[in-house]
Amino acid sequence: MATDATRKAAEALLHALALPEGEAGWVRERRAAARTRLFEAGAPMRRDEYWRFTDPARLTAPLALAGAGDAPAQAAAAFAGIDAVRVRMVNGRLRPDLSDPMEQAGLAIAPLGAVLRQDISIAREIFGRLEAAGQEKVSRPLAILNTAAATEGLAMQAHGAVALPVLIAHDRIGEGASLVRHVVRVEAGASLTVLEAGVPTNSVMEVDVAPGGRFHHVRVQTGERAPAATHLFARIGEGAEFKTFTLTADGALTRNEVVIDLAGDHASGHVAGAVLGQGEAHADNTVFVTHSAEHGESRQVFKNVLAGRSRGIFQGKIFVRKGAQKTDGYQISQSVLLDEGAQFLAKPELEIYADDVKCSHGSTTGALDATALFYLRSRGVPKRVAEAMLVEAFVDEAVAEIADQGLQDRVRALVADWMAGRA
Amino acid sequence: MLEIKGLRVTLEEEGKEILKGVDLTVEAGKVHAIMGPNGSGKSTLSYVLAGREGYEVTAGSVTLEGRDVLAMEAEERAAAGMFLAFQYPVELPGVGNMTFLRTAMNAQRKARGEDEISAPEFLKLVREKAKTLNIDNEMLKRAVNVGFSGGEKKRNEILQMAMLEPKMCILDETDSGLDVDAMRLVADGVNALRSPDRGFLVITHYQRLLDHIKPDVVHIMSGGRIVETGGPELALRVETEGYADLAKSA
Repeated sequence: MATDATRKAAEALLHALALPEGEAGWVRERRAAARTRLFEAGAPMRRDEYWRFTDPARLTAPLALAGAGDAPAQAAAAFAGIDAVRVRMVNGRLRPDLSDPMEQAGLAIAPLGAVLRQDISIAREIFGRLEAAGQEKVSRPLAILNTAAATEGLAMQAHGAVALPVLIAHDRIGEGASLVRHVVRVEAGASLTVLEAGVPTNSVMEVDVAPGGRFHHVRVQTGERAPAATHLFARIGEGAEFKTFTLTADGALTRNEVVIDLAGDHASGHVAGAVLGQGEAHADNTVFVTHSAEHGESRQVFKNVLAGRSRGIFQGKIFVRKGAQKTDGYQISQSVLLDEGAQFLAKPELEIYADDVKCSHGSTTGALDATALFYLRSRGVPKRVAEAMLVEAFVDEAVAEIADQGLQDRVRALVADWMAGRA
Repeated sequence: MLEIKGLRVTLEEEGKEILKGVDLTVEAGKVHAIMGPNGSGKSTLSYVLAGREGYEVTAGSVTLEGRDVLAMEAEERAAAGMFLAFQYPVELPGVGNMTFLRTAMNAQRKARGEDEISAPEFLKLVREKAKTLNIDNEMLKRAVNVGFSGGEKKRNEILQMAMLEPKMCILDETDSGLDVDAMRLVADGVNALRSPDRGFLVITHYQRLLDHIKPDVVHIMSGGRIVETGGPELALRVETEGYADLAKSA
């Protein structure tokens, strides 16, 4: 519940943003409800348990949205060589004029802004709903703020096996912030891969995977950039598969919250990530996996490589509802500290109300294995190369969570580049 | 080939002196064995020669073909021709055996100003050498030493030695954990590498390895020093008399 101070902070957040006009009635209602929920929740504060390791102050400054602009296309390079439909966003604005033609077989795709002016059922079923469902147990005010005001992004509906991944590339010019929202529905038996490069200041993606559907998501957050908060909410239907992987390299402050619900029996949800930090970088991966049905299978695999004075945070929860029998939940978070000033903080959590489940979690942190390093060097491998080999091998367990081989190799190359370019 | 003079070494952390003035010369083409009881400093000597961190050399010198070994990093020593077969070969999860071998070979070649080995050339070479050591393709594809049996790990060490063709080979307790058949396989691999321009230093607690790898010279190490040097017959004396008497007689 909000205190006077957190409510005031929430009001300031909202008042900095222009309220969208000309939207459909159902959207206006949902925005109004979001405003109420935001005031009730209040802005996140340092003393909140959920923000113990990441100071929210730099994320709760009111957003001054960037104006339109033409930034050079840089972000998409993260997925160089990957066959995809490239959709560009510049300063948080969708730019169809700078994008590939978006249509492809099995996929309905449109700018979110246009969809919210109409009564389109898939958006109506999802927009703001998955976000609101994801507020159970823990409030996520920055995502509520997004529901209250975001208009830019994509609405996608896959109704078949979509051949090419949709690559959303965010470029930025100047200092302004960006507020981005995507709504995705994967129909029964359909499949879709979404790639994201670059990081908006505040972004939310809601993904509804119908029974037997498959959704794969890979995003790359690289380079020095402003503080950013992302939320990914997913509802996974019966026998459906959801996989997300995030590579976070450097960045002043990145908070990635992934909130998924295995809502149907035999659903599968995999959340993985790799963090590469140097300097003063701060990367926080906060994951909340809910098992609501039987025979669900979830995995969380996070690897952190931390140099300089960088910090890696992992908060991971497996929440098993009563009746979600035969749940198989797994969670591992590990870090390698390359310098003495680097720090890894982990908070694994299990909350289980079913009695026939298998859940495990583990977390480790430490320096690179000195014996392994010596072994490599004694065979003639120079120290830096040996370190890179060990780091890449360490990260690989998370990278291997990506289903597509080509995307795996691309991420491996980014990890190798980071190791080679590290100060 | 390898010349060690008055080498004194202490453990950096504890400040405890382990090697108390070791003098030893290994000539090209010769096999020298060092025997000694546990705690005599044998393994420390092997680590110090290979360049492991954590040891402080307080006195003495080590040269390989006249070059100052102690001034070099571990990888520079390897490129200069030093090779240590580990008593406990290290597992490297996620690092493929082939990648490991090829990276090591090319790093050494690069350090010596030579061209890198081509992929087909490397493959041919590694298959040929692996075959003689009974190492199958599946083992080559796995992560370095991960899930290997004791014998497989030791054979993998010898494979690395065969591929890297070092000038000075140090074998640290290569017989430990091996049954007779595995030991013979490893010994055959080592013997195949004996040549007039290569020196060997075989460190072992027991005489049995020396039945298979015949030494030219045997040293007894005790209390951080070489206390006795002789021919192959010295190893047999250890077997019957034990180290206690030898140490006393020194």
